[in-house]
Amino acid sequence: MDFKDYYKIMGVERGASQDDIKRAYRKLARKYHPDVSKEADAEARFKDLGEANAVLKDPEKRAAYDELGANWKAGQEFRPPPDWDAGFEFSGGGGDGADAAAFSDFFESLFGRGFQPAGGARQEAGIHAHGEDHHAKVLIDLEDAYRGASRSIALRAPELDSTGHVRTRTRTLNVKIPKGVKQGQRIRLSGQGSPGMGKGQAGDLYLEIEFNPHRLFRVEGRDIYLELPVTPWEAALGATVKAPTPDGPVDLKIPKGTTRGRKLRLQKRGIPGQPPGDLYVEVAITLPPAESDAARELYQKMQQDLAYDPRSKLGV
Amino acid sequence: MTEITLTGVVLDEQTELSLTDLSQACSTSTEWVIELVQEGVLEPVGGQPTQWRFSGTSLKRAHTAMRLQTDLKINLAGVALALDLIEEIETMRERLHRFEKDDGI
Repeated sequence: MDFKDYYKIMGVERGASQDDIKRAYRKLARKYHPDVSKEADAEARFKDLGEANAVLKDPEKRAAYDELGANWKAGQEFRPPPDWDAGFEFSGGGGDGADAAAFSDFFESLFGRGFQPAGGARQEAGIHAHGEDHHAKVLIDLEDAYRGASRSIALRAPELDSTGHVRTRTRTLNVKIPKGVKQGQRIRLSGQGSPGMGKGQAGDLYLEIEFNPHRLFRVEGRDIYLELPVTPWEAALGATVKAPTPDGPVDLKIPKGTTRGRKLRLQKRGIPGQPPGDLYVEVAITLPPAESDAARELYQKMQQDLAYDPRSKLGV
Repeated sequence: MTEITLTGVVLDEQTELSLTDLSQACSTSTEWVIELVQEGVLEPVGGQPTQWRFSGTSLKRAHTAMRLQTDLKINLAGVALALDLIEEIETMRERLHRFEKDDGI
């Protein structure tokens, strides 16, 4: 088990006042809140913060933690000294909404599971509580949203065994991803969360859909964007060209006189649904390289024959 | 182990949840959900609270609102503001993503 330096996590000195700690926590909590932050490790940092705060904001726990001494380094292999907490009296309970179920082994070795809010270890007679909801992300490909897919999802959840100890159980669920799902959309699986207490109902499992980045397409809601390279003559004269879609290639008519960045809409070729999305093709005009004599001659001929000044409106 | 494939409910604009459904799904009181509506965080269809119909996307908003409120101790007006800003930032990030990719060509 690794030692956790709660002061370092909070970014405060060991001598910081309770007010300093409160301020530091509030500031960092806003920064790393998983709903707000886009940093990859936001969730882990937010959990650490919650744990550090649970200890440092509570003068009893903080004093007990300080008793361990200042010589421990974060990540160092840690074993609590025998009777280290003798003489400290902890007032029970402790959760303040922070996700205490996720506190580290380090925290538990010091303060035990008795500090965790209800819903965890204590199974008292007569208490009926709705089981905890679970949340998980599912990565799918854009093509899966067009056709539907099945995903097998491994979930790890803490569970009480017959002796009252907590262990982690892994269960695998096969879940059908219906066609037409969007990025960020959620699927609810009723009763697949934690079991309820007493006669309480089991919690639900929420799956959040996330698309793997696609090589060709970008997704916005149910609309899909494709950048399609075309030649100058296709754009100028008009042409019918092949364009890829997540459903397979289509023939696309490029109107004559198409300019750079023009968007062509293919109705209902986006992600299916009510209503289905559209596929937008953004035209990117690419220039053939002037590497051969023949190519250079053609460019020179254009230069001579076409009176074209793209900067005429810039006043230069 | 027998392999069972589960099918869930997609929570989208078409899903309809009542005030009770939504409160239960958030393990909270109907009063709290009513406050969210009064603050403009959730916009159900229908006149009286008993007739309210929430879209499936409301559930995500309500969950986020709850986390922001408990974790960051923000009042409901602040939660409403944060939610709007978070959504705006997400939309802009997606746009930015598109333009950044265009720059490379």
